[in-house]
Amino acid sequence: MARADATLCAARLRAQPDRRAQLLTQTPATSEPVVSARALHKRYGGQSVVDHIDFDIPRGRCFGFLGPNGAGKTTTLRLLLGLTPASGGELRMFGEAVTDNLPALRARIGVVPQADNLDPDFTVAENLEIYAAYFGLRRAQVAPRIDALLAFVGLAERRGARIPTLSGGMQRRLTIARALINEPELVVLDEPTTGLDPQARHLIWGRLAELRARGTTLILTSHYMEEAERLCDELVIMDAGRFLAQGSPAQLIARHVEPEVIEIRGNGAGVDELRTPCRVERMGTSVYCYTAEPAPLLEELASRDLTFVHRRSGLEDVFLKLTGRELRD
Amino acid sequence: MNARAPTVEAGWNPWRLPKLRRGALAVWHRNMLVWRRLIGPSLLLNFGEPSMYLLGLGFGLGHFIGEMANMPYITFLASGIIASSAMTTASFEGMYSVYSRMVPQKTYDAILATPLEVHDILAGEMLWCATKSLISGSAILVVAALLGSVSGWQALWALPVVFLTGLCFAGPALVVNAVATGYDFFNYYFVLALTPMMITCGVFYPIDTLPEVVQRLVHLLPLTHAVALTRPLVSGQPVEQPLLHLTVLLAFAAVTYYVAVALTRKRLHK
Repeated sequence: MARADATLCAARLRAQPDRRAQLLTQTPATSEPVVSARALHKRYGGQSVVDHIDFDIPRGRCFGFLGPNGAGKTTTLRLLLGLTPASGGELRMFGEAVTDNLPALRARIGVVPQADNLDPDFTVAENLEIYAAYFGLRRAQVAPRIDALLAFVGLAERRGARIPTLSGGMQRRLTIARALINEPELVVLDEPTTGLDPQARHLIWGRLAELRARGTTLILTSHYMEEAERLCDELVIMDAGRFLAQGSPAQLIARHVEPEVIEIRGNGAGVDELRTPCRVERMGTSVYCYTAEPAPLLEELASRDLTFVHRRSGLEDVFLKLTGRELRD
Repeated sequence: MNARAPTVEAGWNPWRLPKLRRGALAVWHRNMLVWRRLIGPSLLLNFGEPSMYLLGLGFGLGHFIGEMANMPYITFLASGIIASSAMTTASFEGMYSVYSRMVPQKTYDAILATPLEVHDILAGEMLWCATKSLISGSAILVVAALLGSVSGWQALWALPVVFLTGLCFAGPALVVNAVATGYDFFNYYFVLALTPMMITCGVFYPIDTLPEVVQRLVHLLPLTHAVALTRPLVSGQPVEQPLLHLTVLLAFAAVTYYVAVALTRKRLHK
């Protein structure tokens, strides 16, 4: 695992400057967006699951849909892929309306679904071979591609293994390799790292960053803020089918929360007596004080017997502020 | 982005006509590869079961019956179960196996992210169901021939009929599958449709022994037409009204395929 981590770190280090460079040089106004939605909506029964959303996803970027469970993220992806009819609105992919010639559109897209649906009757390599056949790709044509993809996701040594013998992380990596079998211009990932351990998650992040650096457009949903902060150039935070905010991770943080936060633990005892003003939020047994000027508060806390952590505000703070702190299910 | 794009819903109609495309063969091929893995137990079932039937019922019961419809009972029975096994084989595959791929394994969700669509998947599944019918029918024909109850090479013409019978019964199985809420749901179709056909459509005895009203009903059932084709082909008698029988089987296959595609689209593209 140590070696894998090392390559992964290298991949990320390589990817980061590339991304910055691309951000600076790209002029999205002139190139047509890969996906463009206007007033897109979807109702089930009487309930709006996706409620008149508008967005453009520029080519070569990573675009994230963030939201709590039931926010409408997966339905949005299903609409994008033409897997469910919209109740109304406009949706274009690669400049074409999504209902026109869906097979041709899907030939240019790779999909990593939320639940792994690898074929349990086949081995690792066979899964890729058979999936390639669904794209009309011949065996001889894809053989070198399969080798390259298995190496890319670190499964070259497991090519003859049966699916049930793979760990969750391996299955996810194979699903990602499978999504790349048709050399897609756009890869859509629904919660790519949910349920994985930190090692597996980091490996996948590295691979996605590498894809993104090669110019593949990525669309992902997540409720992991760290994931979104690392990978996404632009993201939307959605809840109840609507967008609450949109922008780059840095923009969202700057726009919606104070730059620094001090988390005070221990049921908030004694917090009410603090004299230094800040925006206070409570969750669980912690109190969060958001402020642009942490120094006075830190001084005051140092003189008191309270356990606290001081850090810069992140996407999670934005997310919790916008979607609320009550439990979702 | 200047011109207004049509609304996404436009053109989305589950009852639009399916197109037959080559992609269906990829689905057929996938199933074939899985079957090849399990070829031993599959063939044992395909050869073992009819051997028991033909030996036990054909010789045992045949001893008391002698001839039926101007042929030895074992020939009568063999030609009947070639058709009925095409029916049950395609039905089992079209329900239990297809449901497994569609629901617990989510294989179709994976396939629908590729250029293949519901109509390709179901066309591939129907071809596969019919292929399994063909395998099972061929096994019975071989066993029957070894027992000396097949008269001549013309019996090989029964094989395309078996394939068509497989298609004809795969269709309704896929319709039932499209609305199934679980494996137990298939019991309805077995008890209400397949078993009655097995009993009344001339597999074990000629249908002209049935009351006239029942006979008329039985002529509406596809298994009757499948038996009407396989029996003379296996026993070496002239086939009567072959076009009628072939048309009925084909029409059943086509209409039920269309309905299955529409209902499955509704289910998977909710």
